[in-house]
Amino acid sequence: MSPEPTNTLPSEESTGERNNTSAVTAVDKVARRVRVQPARGAKNPRSKVEAWTLGLAGLLLMAALPLLNLSIPGILPTPTYQPGSLQLLAMCMLMAAAALSYHLLIGVAGLLSFGHALYFGAGSYGLAIILNNFGLPLLPAMGLTLVVALVLSTFTGMVALRVTGIPFAMVSLAFAQAGSVLVRRNPGGATGGEEGVSPDTAGIPDFLIGVANTRNLYWLSLLTLLIVIVVVTWVQSSRAGHVAAAVRENELRVRVLGLQPYWAKLLIFVVAGVLAAAVGMVFVLLQSGTVPRQVSADFTITLLVMVVLGGVGSKWGAVIGGVLYTLLDQRLSAFANSSAVESLPAILHVPLSEPLFILGALFVLVVLFMPGGLTGAVRRLRERLSANSVAKRN
Amino acid sequence: MIPENIEPILRVQGLRAAIDGSQVVDGVDFEVPATGITALLGRNGVGKTSTIKSIIGLITRTGGTIELAGERIEKVPTHKIIQRGVGYVPEDREVFSALSVAENLKLAERDEHPNRQLVDELFPDLVKRAHQAAGSLSGGQQQMVSLARALLNDNKLLLVDEPTKGLAPKIVQEVAQALAVAAQSVPILLVEQNLAVVRQLAAGAIILSGGKVVHRTESATDFLNDEALTQRFLGVQSEGAVEQSADTTSGGML
Amino acid sequence: MSTLILLLITGVGLGALYFLVASGLSLIYGLMGVLNFAHGAFLTLGAFVSWEMSRRIGEGTWLTFIITLVIGAAVGGVFAALTEFALIRPLYNRHIEQVLVTVGLSLAAVAIFEGVWGTDSQYTKGPEWFTRTTDVLGAQVPNDRFVTIIVAALVLLGVVLFLKKTRYGMIIRAGVENRSMVTALGIDVRKAFTLVFTIGGAAAGIGGVLASHYFGYVSPALGGSLLIFAFIVTVIGGLGSLAGAAIASVVVGVLQQITNFYWGMGDFVVIVLLAVVLLTKPTGLMGKTA
Ligand SMILES: Nc1ncnc2c1ncn2[C@@H]1O[C@H](COP(=O)(O)OP(=O)(O)OP(=O)(O)O)[C@@H](O)[C@H]1O
Ligand SMILES: [Mg+2]
Repeated sequence: MSPEPTNTLPSEESTGERNNTSAVTAVDKVARRVRVQPARGAKNPRSKVEAWTLGLAGLLLMAALPLLNLSIPGILPTPTYQPGSLQLLAMCMLMAAAALSYHLLIGVAGLLSFGHALYFGAGSYGLAIILNNFGLPLLPAMGLTLVVALVLSTFTGMVALRVTGIPFAMVSLAFAQAGSVLVRRNPGGATGGEEGVSPDTAGIPDFLIGVANTRNLYWLSLLTLLIVIVVVTWVQSSRAGHVAAAVRENELRVRVLGLQPYWAKLLIFVVAGVLAAAVGMVFVLLQSGTVPRQVSADFTITLLVMVVLGGVGSKWGAVIGGVLYTLLDQRLSAFANSSAVESLPAILHVPLSEPLFILGALFVLVVLFMPGGLTGAVRRLRERLSANSVAKRN
Repeated sequence: MIPENIEPILRVQGLRAAIDGSQVVDGVDFEVPATGITALLGRNGVGKTSTIKSIIGLITRTGGTIELAGERIEKVPTHKIIQRGVGYVPEDREVFSALSVAENLKLAERDEHPNRQLVDELFPDLVKRAHQAAGSLSGGQQQMVSLARALLNDNKLLLVDEPTKGLAPKIVQEVAQALAVAAQSVPILLVEQNLAVVRQLAAGAIILSGGKVVHRTESATDFLNDEALTQRFLGVQSEGAVEQSADTTSGGML
Repeated sequence: MSTLILLLITGVGLGALYFLVASGLSLIYGLMGVLNFAHGAFLTLGAFVSWEMSRRIGEGTWLTFIITLVIGAAVGGVFAALTEFALIRPLYNRHIEQVLVTVGLSLAAVAIFEGVWGTDSQYTKGPEWFTRTTDVLGAQVPNDRFVTIIVAALVLLGVVLFLKKTRYGMIIRAGVENRSMVTALGIDVRKAFTLVFTIGGAAAGIGGVLASHYFGYVSPALGGSLLIFAFIVTVIGGLGSLAGAAIASVVVGVLQQITNFYWGMGDFVVIVLLAVVLLTKPTGLMGKTA
């Protein structure tokens, strides 16, 4: 660059030994540095065993719920073996899974997408349309739907990832909007317009149809959540996951290492899209139908709220956020229509009778005052407690 | 002559700053005397620019103290530090390219009675081009705008980052001249890779490496004459020896 | 031919509405790096309050219409200034969080609008002249289109004059280009932040009043539906560029009207246009290099 070599200084890089380090180990270093925090909990082998035991016990409990007679008044409408509660719990798990797929974007790759609903919708609408029009049995129809979602997310991802940051957010929103418009237009009567569409039961096995079989759908939802957790964990610990996480921290640094953040981000984008579609497929079975809201920006924002509530960057935060939001949404609707709220003066009654107002306001408060969401708050609490106990011991 | 016991204009102690999690300023201590030009030297990527930027809060400071004329400023936001009397000439000029030359200068005026006359005398070219968009100026002219923005006001201290970077020898001399004139009335902390210019202008020097101060000297000239020291800290032979400069795309990032 | 002229003028009118939203979005993004999801709420509130007022003081006169424009601008501007002050400022420089609070605000605001004014559309009534048409080269163009276009052009003119002629305008232009250098000249850019929010909110509020006449109704979803196209317009025009937003607004509005009329696929064409622009020039038509 400089016209006068005489008086310019060579860069530190060129004189250091760093050049010997290959880009590959360098990126691992970056990635490891990035991952230091989440890995902290699992450092000690005993706590790892504990975590697995706990996870397994939780899973068994969840799997056994339809066979048990538990009541949680105020949260679940019926005892756990009855369809009302199973339906709600299944919905919680599906939303947790959807939030988890969104976590891949925002939490792992740092991509603020406003169009994730498009892929969820591709799953729900795709499966319904394929079942209704091609006369395929359920499994092949699901496979075909996933292929459609794969192609869709690859193409849209390739375009949207040409920009980053806020422009990416806008472009992803625009694509989802196209999907939303298409669905509402009801092309060829396939999507049912505003009414939405229900899948033809001919292709669906009997054990997944009807209120009596809700518990099978519940187990299917549990399985879906489990698969999504496994895939997300795997992606996070994969090379692409590390590169994407490093990009999130410092894109420049990764570029300098000669790595191509674009492909890592695209891979994660596509995986997140396909997972969302998978969840969407189970959703359409559980709800025996889907409506345009599932493709709308509102739905993406719902996922965003879940992830932020739970804590951006935390896998379990996304799961907790998804469950909590679903329960809260349900409860708030009941609360909004309750007579206690009705009797309040208008200035309180109007906002409180709008569940979305409460959720929106709650969301703003969390962003402003609770950085890191629920998991962040729990971590801070735990740190404070352990700091206290250390102080006491001394 | 400078009395020995006069208070420094800037005192930096244990300054630390990080960009995106990497510690680019790692416990820097130095003082800038209240008169003359002090050079801040070091190889590419050692944190000279980052040090300057963290002094005025353009990079988030994570520790240490900074005193400007005896007042602590490490928690003061950038614009207030500048208002207390700091002129900043950034490394890559950073003129507002969509604004005209006149607008660039107007924006920089802080004082009620800016030193228009001084600036117009030093950079007559800019008077002629007052209405040209700053983005359409040559590199040298842009550097003049950038310097002029700082010299318009009465300052307690100027922070000047590589003002001769990428300029032709003749323009380098003009810039050096302007700095020499400015230095008669205001102390300057000058980052400069052109060692001839350092020799010409600087009294003392501070040498950085890896985000830390590794050497201080009262006499930049003595330092530059000492082959062992320059070789060790700057990686160049002093005077005359030719060292092919490496392309400076990246610094020691990891 | 006359159909085409009608479509053209209607399209420019739609573009004018997009511009009133996009201009603020683009300035806010350019200066602060914030994508403002609450911008639609500024518009909707401006439209609703103006609608309420016009019913109180008597619908259907020019005076009422002009008063509602002022009210719309004031309501939008104040709402926006409060938003900046209470929600955006505490999150200084944390762009993602700033986007998130605007998302939360837009959810909550739309819910409140539904609570107060119901989910149904409220029909508006402008001056009698609005409902008539004017003959332009054989096309019968509804008059409200002209009003929309003229008011938007005046807003554009006003904003341009402000940016070019005032010190704050200069600060904003400089800040869009390089915000940290503005602070490094000793200028407190935060005042400029509140200002762009206020200007953007006022433009959106005016847009709300005009939209309520253009479409003939106000509903809680009015702002949100315009917002998405305004986002597209700002990306196509180039984030941070007012001129880009103006050009892209008109292009998008006209394209949408014409394709909608002939093929019924206006919204898709717009998104295809967006994809094409991004693939060929990721910074948009007139955007600063990202
Ligand atoms: N935005 C950034 N992101 C990551 N690292 C950065 C960034 N800016 C600077 N750095 C790193 O910080 C270190 C110090 O950079 P700085 O610009 O302060 O060096 P410098 O001494 O001014 O170098 P030069 O002589 O090349 O101007 C370098 O290793 C650089 O790579
Ligand atoms: Mg530098």
